[in-house]
Amino acid sequence: MKNYLKICLAILFAVSVANFTHAQGDQPIVIQREGTTFGMKPIPVSLDGFSGDAESVLKFDLYVQGFSFVSAADAQYQISGNNSANVIGNVTDKFAKKVILSRSYTGGSLRSEAHAFANEIVEAITGKPGISLLRGSTAKIAFKAQPKGSGPGEIYISDFDGHNSQVATPEKTIVAAPSWVPGHLALCYNSYAMDNNPYIFYHDYVSGQRKVIARYGGSNISPSVSPDGGKVAMVLDKDGDRPNIYVANIDGSNLRRLTTGEEDSSPCWSPDGKWICFATKISEHRCLAKVPASGGEVQRIPTSGVLNPTEPDWSPDGKWIAFTSQMGDFNICVMPADGSAAPVTITNGEDPSWAPNSRTLIFARRSGWTYTLSVLDVFTKQAKDIGRISGSDSEPAWAR
Amino acid sequence: MKTNLIYTFAIACALAAAGCAHKPGQLTHLPSTAAPVVQDTQPNPFPLPTEGNNPQPTWEEINGMKADRAALAANTIHFAYDSAAIRKAESANIQAVAAALKSDPSTKLMIEGNCDERGTEEYNRALGERRAGAARNALIKLGISGDRVVTKSFGKDKPVGPGHDEASRAQNRRDEFVLLHPANGATPMGGS
Repeated sequence: MKNYLKICLAILFAVSVANFTHAQGDQPIVIQREGTTFGMKPIPVSLDGFSGDAESVLKFDLYVQGFSFVSAADAQYQISGNNSANVIGNVTDKFAKKVILSRSYTGGSLRSEAHAFANEIVEAITGKPGISLLRGSTAKIAFKAQPKGSGPGEIYISDFDGHNSQVATPEKTIVAAPSWVPGHLALCYNSYAMDNNPYIFYHDYVSGQRKVIARYGGSNISPSVSPDGGKVAMVLDKDGDRPNIYVANIDGSNLRRLTTGEEDSSPCWSPDGKWICFATKISEHRCLAKVPASGGEVQRIPTSGVLNPTEPDWSPDGKWIAFTSQMGDFNICVMPADGSAAPVTITNGEDPSWAPNSRTLIFARRSGWTYTLSVLDVFTKQAKDIGRISGSDSEPAWAR
Repeated sequence: MKTNLIYTFAIACALAAAGCAHKPGQLTHLPSTAAPVVQDTQPNPFPLPTEGNNPQPTWEEINGMKADRAALAANTIHFAYDSAAIRKAESANIQAVAAALKSDPSTKLMIEGNCDERGTEEYNRALGERRAGAARNALIKLGISGDRVVTKSFGKDKPVGPGHDEASRAQNRRDEFVLLHPANGATPMGGS
């Protein structure tokens, strides 16, 4: 009985703390976990003095990292400055009554300077790195673009807000599933460019080198590069049983079959490189599962409360798995990677890919029968579409 | 008794907090929320050693051959939504494809699996491969050697029905059979 009392007091305390710290407004608490909360309120900031591209960049970048825009009087942090020549600005913490950031930028485009400022604003306010920059440059995404909504297309690389897009394939054929090689300006993707067959390519955009790394009999699809860049997980059917999960070195050597599941698809990696998570069917139930990347037992990952999970993506901090569920509509769901709580449904959409901050996602939102990419802060559920460059943009991958 | 009440209240609070994003009234999830299951581990239900009895031919063997899309165009088979099971109604088509392969041992076959527009992209790409594989397995059961039959999937990227209605979707959930002739063999009837 005493233990029961302790447990219930602990839970009561946790709940009341959660309510106290995060439920000041009308937004509901969903899950309290290690200080991170789904359904949390955005941080109110004011933005004064900026215009044009600089203003729109700052608004986009901050919105998709959990900030909202209010008047200077209502703001917790006041951001002010100008972009009459270059971007210059500062951030004032109204409660602490002090300037916590004061910066000016030179040498870049207005957009890149504004991204750099947004990155520093996020770090100054939250203490955690922003997502606007990756290794000093504006963070990139890769995605699939299809002018007619299906059929031939190209892989594109752009800034994460959709600007500065560049075509990354020379195909005019079916392409799919770009996956970044972490730490490099390089992708693995699926293309039907050779022989009109689905092969997996490695494409390095610094050297320009591109090579086929998997062209086994059957389909070679759904590549996913390991966090250390040394390996690639993929779906092959070379053994003629059914499409299953395989892993190879990044050059295609040392191929190994990992699974024999009935309905395997869409592999991704745990950030420590030890696990490959994928969608499958076990005992007649569609589920997520994981298998050791070096081979071993397949383990089911419970996704209680949602059905037909596909397209998992494991957050860079290891805590979360985002995926697509299908229960009538297709929804973006997020759950603790250790299965310790049920998935939370965030919004309509498909194919989530985590940003390095492990709280912002890019995903494909269906509009009619085509896709538009959208950037989402999972904890505030704030999302903004990015500009569409073709009839249908899908399968986004955030550079890491 | 009192502690039980508090315990119940605490769980109810936790559930209320945890459940808000979903439909209200999902209190039936109590066991999994109150006592989190960290890992649902079970032995691998799909052991590896018995697999791989009918490996696919390599693309190198296939790519040099002459593709005849017309020969078996009438035998395209269709699938139910989100299913790779071959329907009984399609057995005549499978028989016809098997007969064509048996009548000319120099031929091979490429099966192209396709999906309708619903469903996530890489799931559908795997589903198309499973559809092609289902037809391949059916042909193997009819005595066709696995090394004569290669599969590939277009996922939902190669629809033939233009619409977004069930009629178009039903057309798109299909396997197409492409007869392959040796490159240096006689020119097949029906063109290339």
